[in-house]
Amino acid sequence: MKLSLRMGSSLVWAVTAVLLVVAPWIFPGSFALTLLTQMGTLAIFALSYNMLLGQGGMLSFGHAVYSGLGAYVTVHALNLLGRGAFVTPLPLLPLLGGVAGLAFGVLFGYVTTKRAGTTFAMISLGIGEMVYACVLMFPGFFGGEAGISTNRTVGQPLLGLNFGPALQVYYLVAAWSFLCMLAMYALTGTPLGRMANAVRDNPERAEFIGYDTRKVRFLQLVLSAFFAGVSGALSCINFEIVGAENVSALRSGGVLLATFIGGIPFFFGPVLGAVIFILFVAALSGVTKAWLLYLGLFFCAMVLYAPGGVASLLLAQIGVIRAGKFGRLVVPYAAGAVACATALCGLIGIVESVYRLSDSTQGTAMRLAGLQLDAAQSAVWVGSSMLLVAGFVALRFAARFIGRRWTEVKAA
Amino acid sequence: MDFLLVQVLNSISYGLLLFMLASGLTLVFSLMGVLNFAHASFYMLGAYFAYQISRWIGFWPALVLAPLGVGALGMAVERFALRRAHRYGHVAELLFTFGLAYLIEEATHLVWGRSAVPYRVPPDLDGPLFSIMGTQYPMYRGFMMLVAVAMLVSIWLVLKKTRIGLVIQAALTHPQTVEALGHNVPRVFMLVFGGGVALAGLAGVIGGNAFITEPGMAAALGPIVFVIVVVGGMGSLGGAFIASLLIGFIQTFAVSLDWGLFGYNISQVAPVLPYLVMVLMLIVRPKGLMGTREG
Amino acid sequence: MSAALELVDVHKSFGSTRIINGVSLSVAPGERHAIIGPNGAGKSTLYNLVSGRFPLTSGAIRLNGEDVTNLRPYQINRKGLARSFQVTNLFNNLSVYENLRCAVLWGAGYRYSFWHRLSRLASVNARVDEVLAKIGLARRARTAAGTLSYAEQRALEIGVTIAGGASVILLDEPTAGMSRTETAHAVELVRQVTVDKTLLMVEHDMGVVFDLADRISVLVYGEIIASGTPQEIRANAAVQAAYLGTLGKGKAHA
Repeated sequence: MKLSLRMGSSLVWAVTAVLLVVAPWIFPGSFALTLLTQMGTLAIFALSYNMLLGQGGMLSFGHAVYSGLGAYVTVHALNLLGRGAFVTPLPLLPLLGGVAGLAFGVLFGYVTTKRAGTTFAMISLGIGEMVYACVLMFPGFFGGEAGISTNRTVGQPLLGLNFGPALQVYYLVAAWSFLCMLAMYALTGTPLGRMANAVRDNPERAEFIGYDTRKVRFLQLVLSAFFAGVSGALSCINFEIVGAENVSALRSGGVLLATFIGGIPFFFGPVLGAVIFILFVAALSGVTKAWLLYLGLFFCAMVLYAPGGVASLLLAQIGVIRAGKFGRLVVPYAAGAVACATALCGLIGIVESVYRLSDSTQGTAMRLAGLQLDAAQSAVWVGSSMLLVAGFVALRFAARFIGRRWTEVKAA
Repeated sequence: MDFLLVQVLNSISYGLLLFMLASGLTLVFSLMGVLNFAHASFYMLGAYFAYQISRWIGFWPALVLAPLGVGALGMAVERFALRRAHRYGHVAELLFTFGLAYLIEEATHLVWGRSAVPYRVPPDLDGPLFSIMGTQYPMYRGFMMLVAVAMLVSIWLVLKKTRIGLVIQAALTHPQTVEALGHNVPRVFMLVFGGGVALAGLAGVIGGNAFITEPGMAAALGPIVFVIVVVGGMGSLGGAFIASLLIGFIQTFAVSLDWGLFGYNISQVAPVLPYLVMVLMLIVRPKGLMGTREG
Repeated sequence: MSAALELVDVHKSFGSTRIINGVSLSVAPGERHAIIGPNGAGKSTLYNLVSGRFPLTSGAIRLNGEDVTNLRPYQINRKGLARSFQVTNLFNNLSVYENLRCAVLWGAGYRYSFWHRLSRLASVNARVDEVLAKIGLARRARTAAGTLSYAEQRALEIGVTIAGGASVILLDEPTAGMSRTETAHAVELVRQVTVDKTLLMVEHDMGVVFDLADRISVLVYGEIIASGTPQEIRANAAVQAAYLGTLGKGKAHA
C-alpha cells in the first residue's frame, strides 16, 4: 500500500492510541460519545471491508452478513452469560463474534470465491439477500424483525467495570479498534496480504507465479470476515439489540459507502470514511428526510471526481503544504467552495420543497438556513433553481481555475 | 388441473417479465462491461412514470412515453456520468450505478412518497381472457406476455437484421475490435444503455400495475435479476432466458403451493429459493448454464 | 536423459479453426531452444498451451518427464516451469521490489502464510536483491511497476519470470520493441539468468536467435517444418522459402 512506510511508523500508531484515549475529552458530551463509539465499530468493519476491496480487489455487496451473524452469535452468548451458562469477561466476547464471522466466512466464502470480479459482487449480493431472508424465516434463532435484545451488564464485572456506562463501552470499543487496526495492518505485510494485492492487480500473472488465486481470495475473505464479526459483536454490545437490519443490504451498502468515501487505496482510508459517514448520518438524519439522497449524491460525486476518496484529496495537499506552496491554492479552493455552497443551497431548496409538496401531512412551511420559507411559493422554486444553475456554472469555472493553479504549483 | 395451468401461465408471464429485465442487463453488460446495479431502479421508474402519465393522459400513451422517458434518462446518465466513471475502470462504473440506485430510490421517495401508489390495470384490459374449467385467466396477464414477446422479438430482429444490430453483436464479444474498425462506439454505448434501461422501464410499465408499485420494488427485484444472470451465465442471452423462466416457475409455484418441507411450508421459504438455486449452480457449474464471459 | 520439456503431437483448435496442427518438440535439459516463424504461425498459442493458459485439444506435454497436460497454470509453475509474456503482464500497483518478492514467495515455501512478516524473510529478500541486481533495476526498486519505462518493464518481466527459480523458462519475445542497445542488454541478461536452466524462447530478432540459441525450431501454420542447429536452419531451403529469405542474418520484419 502507498505510504505504508510512514503509516507503519510507531509515531503514527502512538498518536492514534493517544487520540483514541483522549477523544471523549476533546469531544465531551453523551451524544459525542455515542458517535465516537459508533465510529470505532464502523472503523473495524470498514477496515475489514477494505481487506476485500482495496487490498484484494474483491467488491462485495453483502459484507454485513459476517458482521451481522457475528452479532447474532454474540447476543445469544451474552444472554447465555446472563443466565449463568458460562463465565467469560465481556471484553472477550468480540473474539467470539470474530470466530463466528470466520466460520461463516468459510461457509459462504467457499461458494462466493468460486468466481471473481463482477460475478463475485453479484453473488455476494445474492448471499446477503439469502441470509436476510433466512433471518426473517427463522424467528426462533433470529428473533424476527424485532430482533433479540440483551443486557451487557450481566456477568461478572471485570476489575470493577460492568460496562454499563457509555464511557466504559467506548473504551472497550476503542481498545478493540486499536488491536484490530494493528492486526489488519500487520496482515498487509504478510505473504498472504501481498499475494492478495498481486491477485487484485493481475490474477492471471499470480497464477503463473505459482498461486491458486481462488485460494488467496478465499483466505483473504475468511480473515476479513473474522474482523467483520468482531465489529458486529461490538455493535451488539453497544446497542444491546441485534435485528434483521444487521444483515441487511442497507448495512452492506453503508460500509461500502463509508469505505469508498474514506479512500480505498489507503490503509487508513476506511477509518477516515467511518468518521465521515457517522458524522454525515448523525448530522443530517435528524435535520432532513432527504439525508440518504444527499449521501447518495455525495457518493456518486466522489466516484466520478475523487475515486481515491477523501484520503486521496487530503494527501494530495500534504505534498503541496510541505513544499510551502499551499498559499497559491487558497484562492482557487475558496472559489470552488463558494460555487459548491451556492449549488448546494439551490439543491437543498429544491429537494426540501419537493418533499414538503409531496408529503401532504407536513404542510408547506419549512425552515432553511434560518429563513422561513413556503414550498408552495414559486419564488422559492425559482430562487433555488437559479442558485443551482449559477452554482453549477461557477463550479465549472472554479474547477478549471483550480486545475490551472495545480499545474502551476506542480511544475514549479 | 386448472390450477396447474393457471400457475404455469403465471410462471411464464412472470418469467418473461424477468427476462425483459435480465436481457437488458445482459446486453449492457456484454457490450460495455458495465453491470448496471441500478437496472431494477429503472424498472421502478418505468412503473412510476407510467403511473403518473396514466393519471394525466392515460395508460396507452404511458405504454409508449414512459419507456422513452426512462430511456432518455438512461442515455443522459451514460453520456454525462457513466462515461466519466469508465476511465477509472469497471469497478468505478459498478460503484456509480450502485450510488445511482440509491439516488433513484430516494428521488422516488421524494416525489411520490414512501408508500405504494395506486397504479392500476387499465379498465379495458381488466377482465378475464378466457375461462378454463371454471377458473378465469386475467386478460392483463395475457397482455403482459404479448408485450414481452413482442419486445423480445423486435430486439431479436434489430440484433440480427439491422446494421446497428450487427455492430452490437460484434461488440458483444469484441468491443475493441469494433472500435478499431471505426464505429462510433461511444454513441453505440449510449444507445445500448438507453435501450437496455428503456426495456427495463417497459417491464415496469406492464409489471407495475400487475404487481405493486412502491419504492421498495427495485430492491426486491434487483437481486433476483442478478441471480438470473449468474445462473444463466454472464453474457449469455439464451442462458438468461432459461434462468428467467426457471426462477419464474420457482417463485410462482413456491408461493402458491402448500407443501411441507423439513417442517417448513414451502411458501414460507419461497423468498430464499432463487438464492439457493444460485448457490447450487455455483457449486455444480460455476460458469452458469451457458456462461461465456467472465465478469 | 529425459527431455526437460516435451511436446507430443499437440493439437489446438478454436472451434473449427486449427491453430496448432500436430507439434512435437523435445528440449533437452540446459538447452537454449528458440522458436521462430512468421506471424500467425501459432507461437504464442503454443506457449499458452505449454504454460496451462489454454487447454489442449489433443496431445501431451511433459515437464521433466512428468505429464502436465491441461494442468492449471499454478500447478505447472510449481512443477518448475515459468513463462514471461509478450505483452508486459506485471502487478502494476506494486513496486518493482514487491513484484519480484511475489514471484519468490511460493518457491521459498511461504505459501499462503499470514503469520510471517515479509520484512523479516531474509532468504526471500536476499533473492529479490540478487534478481534486482541482475536485471539492473536496483535503483528503481521502490517504483510502482506501472510507472516504469517500457524497457524497464520488459526487464522486470524477465525478472519476475526467473525469480522463482524455475528450471524451465519460457520467454515470449523478450526483446520486442527494444532498441539495439536495449536488445544487447536483454540478450546478455537472458544469457546470464539461464545459465543452468532450460530455455524455450520465441523471438523475431534473428540476431538474438542466432546469438543465443543452441537449437532452433521453425513454426509455420501450426506445424514445425524444421528443427536443428542454427547452421542447419540457416541452410534449410524450406525455412528460407517460408521465413528467412535468402539472407539468414538481421532482423526479420515483425
